[in-house]
Amino acid sequence: MEAKIGFRNVKSVIFKSIVVFFAFLITVPLIVVLVYIIKQGVTQVNWHFLTNVPAPVGETGGGILNALWGSFIMVMAAAVVAIPIGMMAGIYLSENSRTKLAYYSGLCVDILQGVPSIVVGIVVYFWVVKPLGTFSAISGSLALAIMMLPIVIRSTEQTLRLLPDSLKEAALSLGVPYHRVILKVIVPCGFAGILSGITLSIARVIGETAPLLFTAFGNPYLSSSLTKPMESLPHLIFTYATSPYDDWHNLAWGASFILLMFVLILNIVTKLLTRRWKIQL
Amino acid sequence: MSALLVIIILGVLATLILESMPSIKSLGIGFLWGKIWDPVQNIYGAYPFLVGTLLTSFIALIISVPFSYAIAIYLGEYNPKGWLSDLLKNTIELIAAVPSIIYGFWGLFVLVPIIRTFEMKIGVAPYGIGVFTSSLILAVMIIPYAASLGITLIRMVPSPLKEGAYALGATRYEVIKSVIMPYTRSGLFAGILLSLGRALGETMAVTMLIGNTSAVADSLKNAIFGPGNTMASVIANEFTEADHTEYLSALIELGLVLFFVTVVINLIGKRIITRFTNN
Repeated sequence: MEAKIGFRNVKSVIFKSIVVFFAFLITVPLIVVLVYIIKQGVTQVNWHFLTNVPAPVGETGGGILNALWGSFIMVMAAAVVAIPIGMMAGIYLSENSRTKLAYYSGLCVDILQGVPSIVVGIVVYFWVVKPLGTFSAISGSLALAIMMLPIVIRSTEQTLRLLPDSLKEAALSLGVPYHRVILKVIVPCGFAGILSGITLSIARVIGETAPLLFTAFGNPYLSSSLTKPMESLPHLIFTYATSPYDDWHNLAWGASFILLMFVLILNIVTKLLTRRWKIQL
Repeated sequence: MSALLVIIILGVLATLILESMPSIKSLGIGFLWGKIWDPVQNIYGAYPFLVGTLLTSFIALIISVPFSYAIAIYLGEYNPKGWLSDLLKNTIELIAAVPSIIYGFWGLFVLVPIIRTFEMKIGVAPYGIGVFTSSLILAVMIIPYAASLGITLIRMVPSPLKEGAYALGATRYEVIKSVIMPYTRSGLFAGILLSLGRALGETMAVTMLIGNTSAVADSLKNAIFGPGNTMASVIANEFTEADHTEYLSALIELGLVLFFVTVVINLIGKRIITRFTNN
C-alpha cells in the first residue's frame, strides 16, 4: 500500500504542475503583444502625432487627429443613445423579472450579446446607410450603440438585483411615489455598478472595427459632420496596417498604442468600480 | 424600453432575411454546399467559407481548451484567493479586453514570420498567413470566455462533496478528477460553447491573418496551413465591393447563416449555465 499511495501522490503533484504550467503560459502571449505594441507605438506618439491628420504617402509626419476625434464623437454619440435605453431596460428587467416581456427581452439581450459584430454592421448598413445614400458617422454610432446595449443592460440589472428590498420598501412606506423611488433611491444606490457597466461597454466598443467597415467607413480628413463618413481609431489601424507603406505602418503602431492605452485605462476604472460592488459582468 | 430590444432583434432578423431573399430565391438550399464562389461569373457557393469558419474555430477551440481548463482548475480549486490569483485573473480579463484589430495587427507583423519559418521546417508552402495562424490568435482571444466561467463554476462545487472525497483518502488529483470534473462537466461544456460562438463570429483578426482565398483546398494539410476565408472575413472584405444585387444578397445570406449559428450556440450555452446555477 505504501508504494501505491506514493504513486498516487506523485500523480497528483504532476497534475498540479501541468495545470500551473498551462495557467501561467497564457500570460505569455498577452505580455508579448503588450510589450511589442508599446515598444513600437510609444516612439511614434508626440504632440505632432496627436494634433495632425495623416500625411499622404511619401511625406513624413502626419498624425491621427481625425481618428481620435472620430472615435470620440462616435463613441459619445453611441453612449448618449445606449446608456439611457440600456439603464431603463435594465431597471425594467430587475423590477419585473417575472413578466412575459421581461422573459423575451432578457432572451433578446442574450441573443444580442452573441451577435457577431460584422452582422450588426450589415444590418445598420441597410437601416441607415442605404436610406441616407452615404456612409455616415451616425450609422457607425448606431452600430456601436447596439453593441453597447447588452452590457449596459446586464450590469444595471445585476447591480440593482443586489440591492436589498428593504431599501425600496422603506422608501415606499414613507409614501414616496414609485417612479421617485426608482430615480432617487434605487438608481443612486446602484450608481457605481451601473457606471462600471458603462465604462466596460465603452472599452468594448472603442476597439470595434467590424461594425464600422460598412457604416462610418473612414475618412482621411478631419470631419465633425455626423452625416459624413468618419475615421475611427480601429478603422485607421486596419486600413494602415494592411497597406504596403512603412510610414503608414508606423502610424498604425502609434494608433494601436493609443487605443490600447484607452482600453487599459477604461478597464482599470471598471475594475476599481466593480471592486466595491462585487458584480460579475 | 425593454420592448425595444425585442424590436431590435426582430428587426435584425427581418433585415437579414429580406435582403438575402434574392439569393435565397435564385440559389436555394444548394447555396450552402456550392463549392465555387466566383462573383465575376455570378456563381455563389458558401462551402469554402463554411469549411474555413469551422476549421479555424475548431482548431482554435482544441488549442484553447487545455488552457481554459487549466486556468479554471488553478483559479477555482488550487489557488482561489490571494494576490497571485487576483493578478492572474486580471491578466486573463485583459486578454479579452484587447481589441481584435490589435491582435490582428500584431499577428500580421510578428506571428506571420514565425509561422512562415515553422511552415518551411515542416515542409508545407510557407504562406505565413492562413487558417492555422488565424486559429492561433483566435485561440488566445477566446480562452478568457471559457476560463472565467469555469472559475466561477468550479468555486461553486459544494465543499462537503470535496471533503467527503478527501476523508475517503483521495489525493487532490483524484478529487478533481472524480468530484469536481463530473460535477461541473455540463457547465464547462457551456463555457466552451460560448467561446465557440465567439470564435465563429470573430472578424477583424481573422480577416487580417487568414489570407482571403475563396478556393477550396485540395488536401487537409493545405486546408490547415494554406490561406482560406471565413464567413465573417469574406463579408468584411467583399461587402463594400459587391456591385450587383445577387452578389450582395449572397454575402448577406452568409451573414444570416452566421447569425443563426452563433445565436443557437449562445442560447444553448446560456441555457446550460442557467440550469447549472439554479440547481
